Amino acid sequence: MSGKGQRGNRGSSEEQQSQPRRMMGHGPPGMGGAQIEKAKDARGALSRLIRYLGDYKTHLVGIVFLTVLSSLLSLAGPYLIGIAIDKIILTGDIGGLVRISLLLAGIYIFSALVSMASGWVMAIISQRSLKKLRKELFEHIQTLSLNFFDTRSAGDLMSRLTNDVDSIGTVISQNVTQLISSFITMVGIVVMMFILNVWLALASLVVFPLMVVLTAVVSQRTRSGFRDLMMNMGMLNSVMQETIAGQRVVIAFEQQESVNRKFMSTNDAVKAVSIKANTYAMLMMPLIGILSNANIAIVAGVGGWMTLQGMATVGLIASFITYSRRFGDPIRQLGNIYNNIQSALAGVERIFEVIDTIPDLTDDSDAISVDGFEGEVEFKDVDFEYVTDVPVLKDVSLKAESGQTIALVGPTGAGKTTIVNLLTRFYDIKDGIITIDGVDIRKIKKDDLRRQLGVVLQDVFLFSGTVMSNIRYGRLDATDEECMHAAKLANADGFIKRLPQGYDTELSERAGNLSHGQRQLISIARALVADPDILILDEATSSVDTRTEIQIQEAFQRLMRGRTSFVIAHRLSTIRRADVVLVINDGEILERGTHAELLERKGFYYRMYMSQFKGTNGEQDFERIKPVETPTPATPFMGMPGMPGRRKMVGGRGMGGMPDMFRSRIVEIAEKFRKKGAISPETALSPEQLGLPPQFGMMVQMGMAEAGLFLEHDGKYYLSEKRFKQMQES
Amino acid sequence: MSDLRRVFSFISPYKKEAILAMIFLSFVVVTDLSIPRLVQVIIDQGVAKQDIDTILRTSLLMIGASILSAALSIANTFYSVKTSRSFEADLREAVFKKIQTFSFGNLDDFTTGQLLTRLTSDLNQVQMIVLMSLRMFVMAPLMFLGSFGIMFATNPSLATVILGLLPITLVLVFFIVRIVRPIFTQIQGHLDYLNQVLQENLSGIRVVKAFVRSDYENKRFEKANTELYHVSLKMTRYISIFFPIIIAVMNLGTVAIIYYGGLQVFVGTTSVGQIIAFTNYLFRTMFPLLMLSMMAGQIAAASASSTRIMEVLDAEPEVKDKPDAIVLDAIHGRVEFKNVSFSYRNISGDAVLSDISFTAEPGEKVALLGQTGSGKSSLINLIPRFYDTRKGYVTIDGVDVRDIKISNLRSHIGISLQDAILFSGTIRDNIRYGNPDATDEEVIKAAKTVQAHEFIMSFPMGYDTMVGQRGVNLSGGQKQRLAIARALLVKPKILILDDSTSAVDVEMEAEIENALDALMDDTTSFIIAQRISTVLKADKILVLDNGRIVAEGSHNELIDTSPIYREIYDSQLGDGGVEV
Repeated sequence: MSGKGQRGNRGSSEEQQSQPRRMMGHGPPGMGGAQIEKAKDARGALSRLIRYLGDYKTHLVGIVFLTVLSSLLSLAGPYLIGIAIDKIILTGDIGGLVRISLLLAGIYIFSALVSMASGWVMAIISQRSLKKLRKELFEHIQTLSLNFFDTRSAGDLMSRLTNDVDSIGTVISQNVTQLISSFITMVGIVVMMFILNVWLALASLVVFPLMVVLTAVVSQRTRSGFRDLMMNMGMLNSVMQETIAGQRVVIAFEQQESVNRKFMSTNDAVKAVSIKANTYAMLMMPLIGILSNANIAIVAGVGGWMTLQGMATVGLIASFITYSRRFGDPIRQLGNIYNNIQSALAGVERIFEVIDTIPDLTDDSDAISVDGFEGEVEFKDVDFEYVTDVPVLKDVSLKAESGQTIALVGPTGAGKTTIVNLLTRFYDIKDGIITIDGVDIRKIKKDDLRRQLGVVLQDVFLFSGTVMSNIRYGRLDATDEECMHAAKLANADGFIKRLPQGYDTELSERAGNLSHGQRQLISIARALVADPDILILDEATSSVDTRTEIQIQEAFQRLMRGRTSFVIAHRLSTIRRADVVLVINDGEILERGTHAELLERKGFYYRMYMSQFKGTNGEQDFERIKPVETPTPATPFMGMPGMPGRRKMVGGRGMGGMPDMFRSRIVEIAEKFRKKGAISPETALSPEQLGLPPQFGMMVQMGMAEAGLFLEHDGKYYLSEKRFKQMQES
Repeated sequence: MSDLRRVFSFISPYKKEAILAMIFLSFVVVTDLSIPRLVQVIIDQGVAKQDIDTILRTSLLMIGASILSAALSIANTFYSVKTSRSFEADLREAVFKKIQTFSFGNLDDFTTGQLLTRLTSDLNQVQMIVLMSLRMFVMAPLMFLGSFGIMFATNPSLATVILGLLPITLVLVFFIVRIVRPIFTQIQGHLDYLNQVLQENLSGIRVVKAFVRSDYENKRFEKANTELYHVSLKMTRYISIFFPIIIAVMNLGTVAIIYYGGLQVFVGTTSVGQIIAFTNYLFRTMFPLLMLSMMAGQIAAASASSTRIMEVLDAEPEVKDKPDAIVLDAIHGRVEFKNVSFSYRNISGDAVLSDISFTAEPGEKVALLGQTGSGKSSLINLIPRFYDTRKGYVTIDGVDVRDIKISNLRSHIGISLQDAILFSGTIRDNIRYGNPDATDEEVIKAAKTVQAHEFIMSFPMGYDTMVGQRGVNLSGGQKQRLAIARALLVKPKILILDDSTSAVDVEMEAEIENALDALMDDTTSFIIAQRISTVLKADKILVLDNGRIVAEGSHNELIDTSPIYREIYDSQLGDGGVEV
């Protein structure tokens, strides 16, 4: 439920998927509608977008002016050509020919300059607003709380910041001007035709309704075709993505054949749908072209006949032919632009959905600044839920004195991670109060709070960049020396120096060139550089080799020294060293106390602890370990809660650090083993036979077994003489 | 380029369609070219000579030509789309099927993302160029040469004027290709960097928040954003200059035609109809050049894509069946390694395994222990032939695994890999992935063995609960348990669990272990685990260090004889000393 792991993983596994998802399914650009996405509220999105461009009001006015101008100029060309033919060429006016040629050339050059200018301004507007949009989106995302990231995959956010912004960019930079010029050209052509000759204009407009109908039909077919294609493509993509991501499993289970079959049926479906959709999409261009040819034929035929009747001129026909040829372009473009704008508006909606998300964790206006904590942490009756009505923590109260180590123990999903997530104020609690040094953490500036909290997560995340820059991430103004010192304390200095470029080694994507353990050491160094007052550690559950594990443990010890520390603990040694162990299950603190106290209580913790050690006992039955009801005489091996100086003893592994009085007791027991001959697995004896208290078995598992002195075989015990000798020599 | 040609060979099954498409297209172009000529006829022979018959006949001819052209266009579009999309589907199938022949060694050479990109965007890129070439190879030369041919035939001197525009256009196109291509590459680079910053930020958002680094991240992003902005701006500016210039050149051609044509009309060497026709042909000569300049970038991209696709198609499966590979119907499960050495092809340096020899008797439980990188996973990967040994051999019941048919070999082996990957579908489907014929009882039994039945039944849909992208989110431990159940349903004689319970808590792990022991009595099992408690009960523990077996024996034997085993043991179950 707390599921930090799941949430985290989900993002990383999907970020790769999302890109191919969007890469495919696009039809050939500029060949009819390929996009089918539509904005839910197109008008709203459009007005948002327009407001967004409002910063460039003067630029936009300029663009509109320039575009109108260049469209009008392009309309003037055919008109002048008609005049040239009728009034000059046919009348043999050489001076006029030179003049009109120069005029035409001038108009064309001027028109080119105008479109350059409008393109230039448009480039500025579009690129600047894209930059601004990306910046705002990114910066806004940084202010959002983890709640937001829990409900969205990284891949989805990536796609909003890249694909959606891009499609908006295309619309702004190209389609807006195209839209204006297409519209003006279309209207202009019609107007010019009617001015020139009403009858010929009507004749050439015969094709117009045909064009519109054809465009509409083909676009509609194309759109529905692409909708099918997108769906099929999505299926194909997920088949491919999933198969290849799990290719090793496919190989291991020899499922290549069935996978191929599954792929082929989807691939064939995509092929069929794709042929259909793309055929429609590609029909548009030739059909419009052909219709304008038909139009030319009509203009030439009707115009020729009218010329004979004295109702038209050859120059007029020439003008009309040029106009007809241009008439198809805007119609074709409009369909395209329409689709582009639709998909961009869908993108706009997605982008503004993020920008409109109000950060739910904000500082109060009277939040106080803090530049250090004593480290006294208290939870009072804290309730919390990630999803409404699914309580994750129920009535949690705990207290950590300054400098104490608190171990959080419990099964996966019990709520351990949630507790530390609340302390860092990644989420806000539903009920209750969390205080540090007596101050409600909601009253402290969020950034100040987090600055004093050092977090070492289990799933270590390093950034691309050098090792040094990753350590410095903890405190940006740390010097190289400070970073290296931290690395030394974190036991990371050794392996870093052995890297090809030492501290300047570039870490590849997700630090693939380092082992998990090494990454963890770097993350400890990063936390050391930050020098926090309160520490939160999430111990790795597994997969680190022994030597690195020891190094990590040592580094953790150094990191925790003098700091209030919360540890999500998986290692027994860590739990033993903790001042307070909190046993958490199902969002509640079931038990609290030191390791030894909790063992004595024989509750949940005891059972957890025993099950972990069951393996050590070989076939031994759980029931048999269970101590008899009678109160046990205090043995030297049992932990004594609250005994001063206990934490100082951590260094001694085996028996080296053992006080003399315990030593003599151990020697005494060992002698009993020797006397009865229990010195090999074959001659092992039960505690009763050895005259030892029944809970001896438990002691072995707790402490003595690891020293290797007393060993267990089939529920019976024997002494390792070799170890005993070593012990006596030390 | 040669890769592009090789990829193009996938068209050959559709040669007929491709040729038909081109034939239809040539007819379309020819009809298209006739239009201005026919207009000229109407003006010069109809209007000028007052011949109403010619006018009507010719314009009907034109309309007929347009209708014919429409039909031809539809046919062309159909065949060219069919060719290019079939080509795409075939190529995709070839690449996908090739990937299915891969062994682990081949998969080491590519990341999942790389393979997917090849199957998606690279393929799309190549498909587009196929489609474009089907059009352009016919259309560009035919239109270009056809219009010039007609122009020279009707009026050579006026045609020469237009010819003069050609070098200007060519130079322009050449420049733009030269200028824009490198900027394009730059943009791609900056875009990649921006995406990287973004992706890292989103994946590491907890770290960013924990260290209060939003400002720093904002700056990092802003830098990438600004760099991208500058190159993109440069690019759009070049383009906004280039296209008006090209259009101006074309339009100036029209002016030239009017001027020179006009002069010629004065001296009577040309007609008005010709002038009108020429202004139309002008557009048709320049258009192919424009298209080709746009295609230049596409060709470069497609050529890079085809290289990437061919890389996959050219990969040799590392592990293959021998021609005379045998099939073993039933096995006992005796596994022997004899002087086995192994190294990964693409990882230089020392051998990953050296001189490994051991025997696992039928029904034995063998545990592998050792540091990360000591070669545990590499060792067990050799049993199902995920990789082949470099030296020595692995046998099952005395038969070299390389002599056994791979599919047969693997049907005897159940394996749960380090990453518990499930596929989308129901939990039931996932459990019986390796054995689709398994009954529901068998599925439930396997789930119970791995202590998964309870959590499965806690879902409203039970075994029919969907997992994967659109299904429930399972925890790491839950996934691992399903992965083990999946391996069990194969009813293997050899079971391999590669760190398969790392995310399962210790209590449950012990229960799973007990259930497995009871169920898998006559199954030889190999278990890799980091937790020592997992391996204690094994019949045989192999301790690996640096690719060698440094100790072999049961727990009781090793605890006294192997210092490295002791060290591992102490570090996990020991440490902390005896407490007071």
